[in-house]
Order: sequence, then C-alpha cells, then structure tokens
Amino acid sequence: MKKLIFALATSAAVLGFTAATSAQDKTKVCFIYVGPKTDGGYSEAHDHGRQALEKALGDKVETAYLENVPEGPDAERAVERMARSGCALVFTTSFGFMDATIKVAQKFPDVKFEHATGFKSSENVGTYNARFYEGRYIQGVIAAKTSKAGVAGYIASFPIPEVVMGINAFMLGAQSVNPDFKVKIVWANTWADPGKEADAAKALADQGVDILTQHTDSTAPMQVAAERGIKAFGQASDMIAAGPQTQLTSIVDTWGNYYIKRTEAVIDGTWKSEQIWDGLKDGILEMAPYTNMPDDAKALAEETEAKIRSGELHPFTGPVKKQDGSDWLADGEVSDDGTLLGMNFYVAGIDDKLPD
Amino acid sequence: MRIELEKRAKPSMLLSILSPFLALGLTVIAGGIMFALLGKSPGMALYSFFVEPLLDVWSLHEIAIKATPLILIGAGLTVCYRSNNWNIGAEGQFIAGAIAGAIVPVLFHDWHSPLVLPLMLVFGMIGGALYAAIPAFLKAHMNTNEILTSLMLVYIAQLFLDWLVRGPWRSPDAYNFPVTRDFMPEAVLPEILASGRTNLGFVFALVAAAGLWFMMRYTLKGFEISVLGQSERAGRFAGFSSRRMIWFSMLVSGGLAGLAGVSEVSGVINKLQPIISPGYGFTAIIVAFLGRLNPLGVIAAGLVLALTYVGGEAVQLTLNISDKITRVFQGLLLFFVLSCDTLIQYRIRLVFSRIGRSSEGGAL
Repeated sequence: MKKLIFALATSAAVLGFTAATSAQDKTKVCFIYVGPKTDGGYSEAHDHGRQALEKALGDKVETAYLENVPEGPDAERAVERMARSGCALVFTTSFGFMDATIKVAQKFPDVKFEHATGFKSSENVGTYNARFYEGRYIQGVIAAKTSKAGVAGYIASFPIPEVVMGINAFMLGAQSVNPDFKVKIVWANTWADPGKEADAAKALADQGVDILTQHTDSTAPMQVAAERGIKAFGQASDMIAAGPQTQLTSIVDTWGNYYIKRTEAVIDGTWKSEQIWDGLKDGILEMAPYTNMPDDAKALAEETEAKIRSGELHPFTGPVKKQDGSDWLADGEVSDDGTLLGMNFYVAGIDDKLPD
Repeated sequence: MRIELEKRAKPSMLLSILSPFLALGLTVIAGGIMFALLGKSPGMALYSFFVEPLLDVWSLHEIAIKATPLILIGAGLTVCYRSNNWNIGAEGQFIAGAIAGAIVPVLFHDWHSPLVLPLMLVFGMIGGALYAAIPAFLKAHMNTNEILTSLMLVYIAQLFLDWLVRGPWRSPDAYNFPVTRDFMPEAVLPEILASGRTNLGFVFALVAAAGLWFMMRYTLKGFEISVLGQSERAGRFAGFSSRRMIWFSMLVSGGLAGLAGVSEVSGVINKLQPIISPGYGFTAIIVAFLGRLNPLGVIAAGLVLALTYVGGEAVQLTLNISDKITRVFQGLLLFFVLSCDTLIQYRIRLVFSRIGRSSEGGAL
C-alpha cells in the first residue's frame, strides 16, 4: 500500500512539474462552450475562433477547451478547473456562465476571464459581445428591397434583450426602404432544434412570407426556404451550402480576430478588464457574400454595410417610436448602449406582443 | 437459435463481492485500448480520469457536490423500485422542490431571518412530495401507469420553471435575462468545511441514505416494502396495502428529490434559472440500480458516478479530447458493472429449439 501511494505521489509530482514548465513557455488560453464544438452554429463559431488563435500565434499559445458544459451547477466547476489547470486567459462563451465566472474569478485574481454576452464584470473579468444588430439592420434593408409580399418571417429563440434588439434592428432596416414593411415573428423557444425550427419556418411560409430570417442556430429554416422556393438569411456561420439558391447573406460570427487581440494583450501585459462591444468595423462579425438578389439590392446592401463600418450610420438612430406609439429616439438621436443591452420593447410597426 | 439468460442456482458469493472491481478492471482495459486507438496515452488518460480528481482537495469537494443530488434522489428511488413502483419523474420532483423552496427567497427577499433556510428546506420537500403525489394518486385510484405519468410531469415542471423565471419571477435587475433574484445570504446552504464548497446538502444525502437503509433493513415498513415489491398477493395476505405503499414510496422519493432540488438551488446555484439540473433525476435512476437498490450502495454509486463526471472533465482538458469520448468511457463503465452483476446472477444459454422453430413455421 505504501509503495502504491509513493508511486502515485511521484507520478503526480512529475505530472505537476511538466504542467508547470509548459505553462511558462506558452500562454494557455482556455474556452468553455455550452454546446458541442461541432454544432454547426454558435459553439462551432467560437471554436473556429480558438483555431484561428492557435494558427495566428503559433508557439506562443496553447489552447484547451471544455465543450457541452451545461449552464447550471456544472459551470462553476468547469471554470474553476480551467483556472487551476494553468490557463492565463479563460473565455466563457455563453451567457449562463456569468455568475460562475465571477465567482471563480474572485478566487483566482491572477487569471484573466472574459465572459461573452453578459453584464457583470470585475477586476479580472471582462465582457465581450458583437453588435450583431448591425448585420440584422442590413438584412432588414435587403428584405424590404427584395420581398414582393412585403412580409418577412422571423424565427426568434428567447425574448431576451439580444433577440429583441435584433428584431428591432431588422425592422428599422426594412422600414428605411419600405415604411409599411411587415414582420411575422414565431418564438421557437430554443437556440438549436432543427425540428422546431423547421416547423416554425413552414408555419411562416404558409402564412405567405417570402423571406425568412432566424435567430436560432440550425440550417433547418434555410432548407425549408429552399424547398418552398423563398429566400432566407443564415445565422452565425455561412449557410450557403444549405441553400445555394436561397441564402441572401448570413451574419458570420468571426470571434477569432477578437481572441487574437485579447491574447496578445495578455502576453504583452496590457490586458485589463473592459466591457467590449465590437461591431462590423472591428471584424468580430462579417456578412457572408450577398447572393441570390438583384443588383440594386446588392448595391444597397453594400452601401449600408460601408456606412455602418465607417460609423456614418447607426442602426438605432431617431426618429424612432416605440410600438405603443410613445417616443423613444428624437430626430438624429442615437440610442445609448445601456438601453440596447436591456431592450424589452418593440419599435413601432411590429405586429407582435413580447411574450413574458 | 435463441439466447436466454438462465438464473444460476447458486451465484458465487465471492464473485458478487468482487463484481464491481472486476467491472472496473475491464473498464480500465477497454478504456485503455480506446485511448490508445485515439493516439492518446492510456496511462495519462486513466490517471486523469480516476486518480487526479482524488488527489486535489478541491476536486474531492466537487465530487461531493456532484454526488449530493444523485445520492438524495437515488436513495429515495430505491424505496420506489424495491416496492415495484416505477417513479421515472424524479427530475420533475427535483424541479418542483426547487421552485417550492425558492418561494421564500424570491418573494420575501427582504426577510432576513434564521428561519428562512429551514422553511425553504421544508417547502422543498413538500413541493417534491406533492408533485410525486400526482402520479401516486393516479396510480392508486385510477390505475394509470406511473412510468408514463411521472415522466410526462417532468416536462411540465421544466416548462413551468421556464415560464416562472422568464415571467413573474424574473429579476428586476438582470436586464430581462431569465433568472430570479440572487438568494439573500440567509437562504444559502452553509458550507460545511473551510477547505472547499461542499455544503450541508451532502450531509442531508448521507443521513437520508443511512436512514432509509435502517428502515429497509430493521423495520416492519422495510419488510413491507420488499414483500409488496416481490409479490403483491403475498403482501395482501400479510395485510399490507399496496395502495398505501404506492403513496408511501412516491411521497418518500418525491420528498427526497424535492430536498435535492432545493439544496441544489440554495447551495450551488443561489437562484433559479431556466435550467437547474443537467438531468440529475434521470442519472439517479442509474445510481439506484448501480447501488443495487440498497441505500448504502447508492452512496457509493453516487460518488463513483460523480467521479466519472469530474474525471471526464479532467481528461478532456489534459488530453484535449472531445467530451463524447468521456461519455463513451462512462458508458463502458456502466456497461461492465451491469453486465458483471447480471452474469454473476445468470448464465447465458444458447437454445436450439426444434419445437420453437416448427411452431414459428406453422404460424407462417
């Protein structure tokens, strides 16, 4: 028995030693995904970011990840394990990891944490998110320009601010082309469930929409749109393969640029906790090629994208009224980020009631 | 040709004691081959899976935390399954208990009193028990199948929780995200040791399992459970009521699942959110059987299963492998444990039956 304990202890010491030396040469960057890294959507986009980071910084970094970590009691253990395993920088990539990240960060003041899409931060916890609404505004412009029916279908996931903000941005983009444009919304109550998403897409197609857009992750709505001969927008990654004759464009999450930037900051010792909300101009999201649309629609989309990139156009610029008719933004007024991040109301023209 | 399992006349006593170790050995061999085929060092993988989590104090705490709901629910389920009542809905009772317990900190968040925690725990148990009372009532008085009703009620509980945290119980200061307020400090289960975050829930789990073991082994109620479970008719002759047993077993297991739920939200999550369980109620079914439907065995089984979760994460991180591999490995472990147990009780017999074949031919 004693021998066994000795053997275990020495092997543990050896392992501990190797871990310590490799951590000194390389900066270890760790990622926690809520889904499998091959989900074809959200988590996969983050994993592409991790691979881009490895490619860009080569020998200077070492990466590790945990996938399929449920947003419940397991999250805290997963984050703590990362902090203990020598990670210098930990990206927790889903909203539900927020409190776990904050709790663990208190125990490990030397480790840097970045939490995606949350609103709590501290000395060593920063937050990051992408201004996806910029892409949704462009989609709204394209929808109003190409739709013959004047109605688009919107498959929404959950009524959280991020999603409501996306619907409003889409509507404002559409109204900038056609003030009478309409959006039909179906709440799928899932982030990724091909069956439910396809049902939602069929229901919308039956109601006569000729453009579909989605805030869910699977390619099912794109496939339904292709079957029905209508157009659709992709989500999170380029879904052109699912609808070569169907996809107008897609909002592509390109987290890699951001991950490289922040890892370099840790290596240089310049990292500090920030609340970062990057947009098209920072390269945290991109638009997939504009396809399957007339030239004038494509030109307008490109022009809108250029204006957003240059800062000439902010999608949430007044005059904008709320759905109930009350004033929200005065003429020329731009919404502050706080209102957008906590958005719980529709803009005028949306014919739907927010579920609560 | 058919394959039949035939009960052995005299299962070997020695082998049934050795069975778990035999299974572990087989898992290690099969798992080692799997890791080697993947090009990973089997020694390193097995070390991170089984040994590393046992060396760090913090991961011992994590194992205890993970095992707490599994043991609490699993121990309750042994009473059900021994008495032939198939409660599959512990997941729903877990959620019902968590919701009922959270009434106090969510609705009376300004009430700072030492009474908060005991009230929550009592509410949690009542909540879980009441939720289990639905399939119990339906089975005892309407003769419905409790497997179906208790399972269906799981989805109702999940959706009800989802509705609560997105609607009436949503925190006013969480930017519309679907969470309730954080519980006040009086509503949080205290940690029991200074060295880590294991909370009082683990003590509840041990006490509950030990208590049920005592009841099953030394009391008339325990005898009643096993008699009714093995033969309802014999139980009736002894004057035991199977209807009362339905109520008793469902309420006990529901109450313990509810206690697990409230302990989890109070001690670990500190609030309600749309997902509070990664399927504890279902995993606990495996735990109950792995523990051979013995409450003390459930403690061991719960700890082993918790170890495989914690170890699974360690392997993922040290070897950079997918979590699917660790799930396969967990599956291997369960497969070997259950098949070793089965093959010690039964033997495989190949049946070459002429009569069977000709009668099948005749039917054609």
